[in-house]
Amino acid sequence: MTQEVDNSRRRMLTTVTSGVGLVGAGAMAVPFVASMAPSARAKAAGAPVEVDISTLKEGRMLTVEWRGKPVWIIRRTQKMLDDLAQIRDRLADPDSTVLDQQPTYAHNEYRSIRPEILIVLGVCTHLGCAPTEKFATGAASGISDDWVGGFFCPCHGSAFDFAGRVFRNVPAPTNLVVPPHSFLSENRILVGVDQEETA
Amino acid sequence: MARLMEWVDERFPATKVWEEHVSKYYTPKNFNFWYYFGSLLMLVMVLQIVTGIVLTMHYKPDADLAFASVEYIMRDVPAGWFIRYLHSVGASMLFLAIYLHMFRAMLYGSYKGPRELIWILGMILYIAMMAEAFFGYLLPWGNMSYWGAQVIISLFGAIPVVGEGLAEWIRGDFVVSDATLNRFFAFHVILLPLLLALLVYLHIVALHKTGSNNPDGVEIKKQKDDKGVPLDGIPFHPYYTVKDIFGAAVFMAIFLAIVFFAPELSGWFLEKDNFEPANILQTPPDIVPLWYLTPYYSILRAVTFEWLPGGAKLWGVMAMGLAIVLFFFLPWLDRSKVKSIRYRGWMYKFMLGLFAVTFVVLGYLGTKNPGHIDLIWFKNVVWAQIGMVIYFAFFLLMPIYTRLDRTKPEPDRLTG
Repeated sequence: MTQEVDNSRRRMLTTVTSGVGLVGAGAMAVPFVASMAPSARAKAAGAPVEVDISTLKEGRMLTVEWRGKPVWIIRRTQKMLDDLAQIRDRLADPDSTVLDQQPTYAHNEYRSIRPEILIVLGVCTHLGCAPTEKFATGAASGISDDWVGGFFCPCHGSAFDFAGRVFRNVPAPTNLVVPPHSFLSENRILVGVDQEETA
Repeated sequence: MARLMEWVDERFPATKVWEEHVSKYYTPKNFNFWYYFGSLLMLVMVLQIVTGIVLTMHYKPDADLAFASVEYIMRDVPAGWFIRYLHSVGASMLFLAIYLHMFRAMLYGSYKGPRELIWILGMILYIAMMAEAFFGYLLPWGNMSYWGAQVIISLFGAIPVVGEGLAEWIRGDFVVSDATLNRFFAFHVILLPLLLALLVYLHIVALHKTGSNNPDGVEIKKQKDDKGVPLDGIPFHPYYTVKDIFGAAVFMAIFLAIVFFAPELSGWFLEKDNFEPANILQTPPDIVPLWYLTPYYSILRAVTFEWLPGGAKLWGVMAMGLAIVLFFFLPWLDRSKVKSIRYRGWMYKFMLGLFAVTFVVLGYLGTKNPGHIDLIWFKNVVWAQIGMVIYFAFFLLMPIYTRLDRTKPEPDRLTG
């Protein structure tokens, strides 16, 4: 046997062995990383929720849970609807130009299918807190003297109007999300299933 | 006994390690009060591990059972309340010691060459500790646990493109849920403790390579006697082991006084909203992290400038990240010829003092509603914005003012 060392062969073998080892380690990481993604059960838990709003009074809201998130349903008064146009210049995105924030059938001045019924996710678009209802207007709200009513997030001070539109100069970047929803009848809403476009 | 040690030493370097790191590890003779906190940190860490092991025996990492299992520990497990309070108060005491330990390094320039790696390893430790505390805070499944986790995980959602997917991957669900609780438990009791133990080991290995800095900021290894022992050095054992035991006794007296008489410390160590189970439909009136994270939380909330490209949220998250990352660069931002504050000029003294006050004020503001007025004149958010400017100025102007600053000559030997 020869005593000479073939350095290039040795280097090649070292490189190939290390390379195969690295690829193997990388491939091993895949299932571990994948195992942390939402499980099949978590994905399946997003079933639609049916809500009866026959007892919901004007100017009141009710909260239901859908996919682990609070969904607000508000029956707006005529005054609330009229105010929406009045405060346009105090809003960051009055025309809801960020299209992901609402389905196309709710992309209108009221951000709803029927003008009086607003359905939004009660999840602040800043960091996911639950904003609180501040329906009192003016100084009584504890927010500001010219407050017209809406929602206020206690975490970081974001404010939204009665269409879930975000005010200017608050940390939340976008309007509240309108979830997919549809009307089964006059007083029954299905949250989680889109309204058919023909409706 | 001597023959037994001989037998062991031929097989394992027991005596060598003992001498190198303890009995013949020469440390500067002038350590003062500020030098207690390193050993205290190790003490608290051991305490957290021991109390943590006991808590794990009774705790249930399940969204339906977690809250009740903590109450079970508090009421039914013998001495359970004591062990649980030791653990929850211990977390705050650990951060108190970390902040004083870091402040010591900034007082005496301990991060400066040749100790940059000790500082960097220490900073990684600090971040790992924050992660450990954050994961642990979800486990009681109280309402603040839940919403705190919700907010912090949402921060990842601010990252463009991959953010939302990343947040989902961390939660293991579309919202914080049982899956999140279960994995946070795994991180809190396995992943991070292992990482922390490794980092502490590396931090100390690096420290023992260069040797400790001291309040004079001069290298004791430059002046050695004919046996190679630093003239101003004394062996760590028994001199500092005994000193540290004294420090530990005083520290434990304070620690236990809190555990026995004010374990929640009026909401500073355990928030009152966390005595209510997690409620996914009801955010607590003010979501705030515990005090040790609030300086950064203040900076996050201080960025409200919507005209920034990409939106205020993204910049707030980046400002918060930068506030932590800047610490890593201290060894290179500081251009001063001297290490210790004793020989620095007025500029660094002023800036460090201002920074320390700002850090505390930001921490205070982080626990308050940004729209209210808790100080004077301005709303909290405005003060936080002023604080943020000072915070960043301390770091970013450091290359300038540390170079301009008129320093005094360092002595050759320790002055006491």
